[in-house]
Amino acid sequence: MLQYGVRKLAHTLLVALGVVTLVFAALRLSGDPAATMLPGDASIDELVALRKTLGLDRPIPVQYASFLAGAVTGDFGISFRHQQPALGLVLDRLPATLELAFAALVLAVVVAVPLGIIAALNRGRLADVLAMAFAVVGQATPYFWMGIMLILVVSVELGWLPTSGRGTWAHLILPAITLGTHFAASLARLTRTAMLEVLGQNYVTTARAKGLPERTVILAHALKNASVPVITLIGLQFGTLLGGAVVTETIFAWPGVGRLAVQSIFVRDYPVVQAGVFVLALSFVGINLLVDLLYGVLDPRIRTEDTA
Amino acid sequence: MRRLRWPLLLPALPVIVAVAAALLAPWVAPASPTSGNLAARLRPPAWISGGSGTRLLGTDLLGRDLLSRLIWGARISLLIALAATVLGAVVGSLIGLVSGYYRGRIDRVVTKLIDVQLAFPFVLLAIAVIAVAGASIPVLVIVLAIGSWVGHARIIRGLVLSLRERDYVQAARALGADTPRILFRHLLPEILSVILILATFDVGRIIILESTLSFLGLGVQPPTPSWGSDLRDAAAYVRQAWWTSVFPGLAIMVVVLGVNLVGDALRDALDPRTQSRARA
Repeated sequence: MLQYGVRKLAHTLLVALGVVTLVFAALRLSGDPAATMLPGDASIDELVALRKTLGLDRPIPVQYASFLAGAVTGDFGISFRHQQPALGLVLDRLPATLELAFAALVLAVVVAVPLGIIAALNRGRLADVLAMAFAVVGQATPYFWMGIMLILVVSVELGWLPTSGRGTWAHLILPAITLGTHFAASLARLTRTAMLEVLGQNYVTTARAKGLPERTVILAHALKNASVPVITLIGLQFGTLLGGAVVTETIFAWPGVGRLAVQSIFVRDYPVVQAGVFVLALSFVGINLLVDLLYGVLDPRIRTEDTA
Repeated sequence: MRRLRWPLLLPALPVIVAVAAALLAPWVAPASPTSGNLAARLRPPAWISGGSGTRLLGTDLLGRDLLSRLIWGARISLLIALAATVLGAVVGSLIGLVSGYYRGRIDRVVTKLIDVQLAFPFVLLAIAVIAVAGASIPVLVIVLAIGSWVGHARIIRGLVLSLRERDYVQAARALGADTPRILFRHLLPEILSVILILATFDVGRIIILESTLSFLGLGVQPPTPSWGSDLRDAAAYVRQAWWTSVFPGLAIMVVVLGVNLVGDALRDALDPRTQSRARA
């Protein structure tokens, strides 16, 4: 297990390096940040001066090296708008984003996994059809529209929950539903497929044949083995959740990293965009490492596979 | 194609309607999508008191006809989705084809690239690129294609890895067929149906991503009508005019639902291997 952990950690570091490189490529190669940051009527002299201040006049490899150094030491520059280090601003908001993403994740798992199991056990019957209808519609609904509709119905018409901000549990409910529904939809479909596959296996028949109660068969034997693809999806989809958080935060005025990053685009606060994207992307890499390690615990066979 | 029957027609209906609206926008839209009558702003739909028969779905904040904006918006949204899907599918499939066929160093580089990009949430990548390149339709198409090539490359690569060992490929090689001929005459036809299925699901995904970016203000810019950017304005006054938020969102949802169900049906019809699994 230790060896497996070390191997996964090494792989993660490599991916993290790739992610940093991709951030760099996306930010440097898609245009001139200096031109983006300055107002439209800025003079050429101002442009040249800013390029020099930002170090954009240096060769790309040199810029890349200093970007890497900045990423390692956490130096992304000073926010123009807030006159504070960009990373600090982002890290201040990170708990809010993670709180929202985890709330959505928990909500999705709590709803979708039982739904998928019920659908699998009642294959072809009404419960199955209803659960899958929910899944198909959920997958077709954009986050942001879901959020607007929830605000319209639950907050404006019914007056049950606040429309925006962060603070109490009540503030968390609508954003979590908004962010979690899409995920719950794909999770329910996958849980159903995974359960159906496992329920057809010999050991499940054996467990039934030796007279175990159906509850034990399903929860102890089937569910544990069906959980590997489900956990894979949770890990993969966490990135989508972080991306979705950007949108959800914007709708509900949730003070997270995503909203900060999007607002910073419009005020041309480039260091903050850079730090925000970087921190969120690395959070996702970290989550995937956790998921990989969790696999090793759940399915011992995985520890010895892919020794490449 | 034997299973392509009525269940395909029902979900295809919203897609057909949307495509027709997009193609025929100048003729079927009852009013201009961009010039409105400020005196008639925020009029409710026709069936609600205060609504007007000529403004079926009501008007928006600037007094523009909502139905006309939806129809013209279909044109923009579908065009972007189609362009990005084709670009992503072509680039992704080519990379997957070459990487799976040649293996070796090219394959290792491609696999790492795929790993890295999968570790990068799409919306964040889009934010990083659009923050610098600025928001415009060409940038949007490229960004969306960047978000979709990976899925194609990964799956096609896997398929080609196993197909290249098949007897008929070996035979073609033994007969002296050159690599482009093997890739495009022998392997490509085999995987075309998979590419088509993947691309169909991509259309749905990309419509949602495009509307999401446009909603954030990073995609289609006003006054160009698009379902996502219309919702951006509408969200601000959802209390006063629910219809401006409800209809564009419904349009997105119904069309994406239709595209996804068509994708399901296509997969069942074209790919017998997944049938038992998908419909189990």
